Amino acid sequence: MRHIISLLMENEAGALSRVAGLFSARGYNIESLTVAPTEDPTLSRMTIVTNGSEAIIEQIQKQLNKLIEVVAVIDLSEGDHLERELMLVKLRAQGEAREELKRMADIFRGRIIDVSDKTYTIELTGTGSKLDSFLHAIDRNLILETVRTGSSGIGRGDRILKL
Amino acid sequence: MELTGAEIAIKCLQEEGVDCVFGYPGGAVLFIYDALFNQDKVKHILVRHEQAAVHAADGYSRSTDKVGVALVTSGPGLTNAVTGIATAYMDSIPMVIISGQVPTSYIGEDAFQEVDAVGITRPCVKHNFLVKDVKDLATTLKKAFYLAKSGRPGPVLVDIPKDVSNQKVEFSYPSSITIRSYNPEKNGDVSQIKRAAQLLIEAKRPMIYAGGGVILADASKQLTDLVRLLDAPCTNTLMGLGGYPATDKQFVGMLGMHGTYEANMGMQNCDVLLAVGTRFDDRVIGNVAHFGSVPRKIIHIDIDPASISKRVKVDVPIVGDVASVLGDLLAVLHSSKQKPDAEALASWWKQINEWRSRNSLSYKNSTETIKPQYVIEKLYEITHGEAFVTSDVGQHQMWAAQYYKFTQPRRWINSGGLGTMGFGLPAAMGVQLAHPDAAVACVTGEGSIQMNIQELSTCKQFRLPIKVIALNNRYLGMVRQWQEFFHGNRYSESYMDALPDFVKLAEAYGHVGIRVDKPSDVEGALREAFERKNDLVFLDFQTDPTENVFPMVPGGKGLSEVILAEDL
Repeated sequence: MRHIISLLMENEAGALSRVAGLFSARGYNIESLTVAPTEDPTLSRMTIVTNGSEAIIEQIQKQLNKLIEVVAVIDLSEGDHLERELMLVKLRAQGEAREELKRMADIFRGRIIDVSDKTYTIELTGTGSKLDSFLHAIDRNLILETVRTGSSGIGRGDRILKL
Repeated sequence: MELTGAEIAIKCLQEEGVDCVFGYPGGAVLFIYDALFNQDKVKHILVRHEQAAVHAADGYSRSTDKVGVALVTSGPGLTNAVTGIATAYMDSIPMVIISGQVPTSYIGEDAFQEVDAVGITRPCVKHNFLVKDVKDLATTLKKAFYLAKSGRPGPVLVDIPKDVSNQKVEFSYPSSITIRSYNPEKNGDVSQIKRAAQLLIEAKRPMIYAGGGVILADASKQLTDLVRLLDAPCTNTLMGLGGYPATDKQFVGMLGMHGTYEANMGMQNCDVLLAVGTRFDDRVIGNVAHFGSVPRKIIHIDIDPASISKRVKVDVPIVGDVASVLGDLLAVLHSSKQKPDAEALASWWKQINEWRSRNSLSYKNSTETIKPQYVIEKLYEITHGEAFVTSDVGQHQMWAAQYYKFTQPRRWINSGGLGTMGFGLPAAMGVQLAHPDAAVACVTGEGSIQMNIQELSTCKQFRLPIKVIALNNRYLGMVRQWQEFFHGNRYSESYMDALPDFVKLAEAYGHVGIRVDKPSDVEGALREAFERKNDLVFLDFQTDPTENVFPMVPGGKGLSEVILAEDL
């Protein structure tokens, strides 16, 4: 099962490698991992998308909690939550395709953030599957480059992960 | 007062009450060694290899309840220490390792003797630090000692660049420390403890399985009281030996791969299992599916939440300090009106005694060749079961665990988790330094002893009268045993040709060496060795090369799928 784990950790050098090292040493999967400092600059917030049996997910959370620099861990997928990922796609946009790509970007609520006479660069946010759908909806041959951030997640309503 | 980083490091050790540091100097730690030179509170033990420094600090810690401290230089000093650090990590031993690092401005430039110490040790430490600013040094060392000792103990590395050790700053040592991201639970959950008590009191076939956590938490007394109160059989893991007195009638011996028949059958046939400070390791419970194939309720007490339900799903998890939880559990049981079911227990003990009567540790003694088991039995007799016994890894380790009946905690010192050959002699040095007047024996084999034989030199320098009990069967015995059982007697590279003359070797290092070839000489040689109170004596016992360790639960098998000596 796919799980999305959120954690707060000390914003210190080497903290990320402890998390990454834990996953590789214990053979856990990482589908994606995002990290950046929070509004409190001493803390970083990390979102890890992983998969595994209930027992493995339980171990992942316990092992993450055991890392000295980890302040708090929750499995967002245990309850209501929101998930967003940002993708930048550079597309070949010439001739008829130029109009078509503009339309597709609008349908997916994407924004064209860079234009050249041959290309569009589109910014798109959404769940991972929405981004996948966009890529499937356009002609594969037009895709020049994609870059994705991996999912960031947050609980709905009163579900708050804070120190 | 302004002090240099090096002086601060030594001051911190003094503040922590460290009286003994094991180490080896080198370029990156020269300032620290200079600071050591100018004081006499912290004694430095100069080893002959950094691995031994860490094992010695480890043995020192295991035989006391103090944090062991090792000091090594950068690069190869640190990499040599890694095996020792991993050994301590696997067995949750509280230690602080200080390593030198190249100056901060050189870090990342592939400087001479530079290695990413924090990166290399990350998977085998509880935590580690690179101190980039001398202002942080005192606080970091305070944190290191606090982390090493609290919660589930473990080794903590502090990497100090050479320039940091030479910079000056105002020194003040924090009297206490809090780390917001680290709050280990001390007390167990009350309702879970009550559930556990209820299960135990109603059990028809209770079993208590206690590990190294009991030793680390100094909870032997609470464990013993509980076992007696419940009239339950008690088994210890390899790491837990001495946690419950082995001479007691309720003790059913060690369990696991080379555990007694009664301990393993008890594990597999009980209806309520209380696991204390232990982690259902593969060498302890064998095949996990086989272990789980019988219905029983499991209560698991451990300081580390990640140890609970890692390999085996448990019914009542209790996270907390073992001593505290056992104390609370005893209090609940004492206040309960219910008493253990005497009738059910009587028939359970009848069953256990039936298994016991198989006498699974019996072996056929010989008047021709020395049986290794016999040596350990005699060692036990001559030291009245009161020696500190360290061991290396292999057959001799199992025989020591099986035949030396430990009645006190912290007397049996071995590398259980990592299984590090070469551990025994340096660990014995740490033990002897912590207990200068005690009898310290290092049970070893001719393979293991050669992995840190150079430490005989350290023993001479510091006059450590360790008794080295080498069970010399000319084979890497445990490898040979597996090859005999599982690889069609193909003894691939397990015979050691061209062994040294250990007597001459011991003499070359300035010690006493005695070679023993005949069973009739075993007792006399051991007596002579222990009578030589001031000498290190190397006893080279020429033992039967064909002897195997029994019982044996083959790897991947269940605890009741055991091979006994009588089966072959």
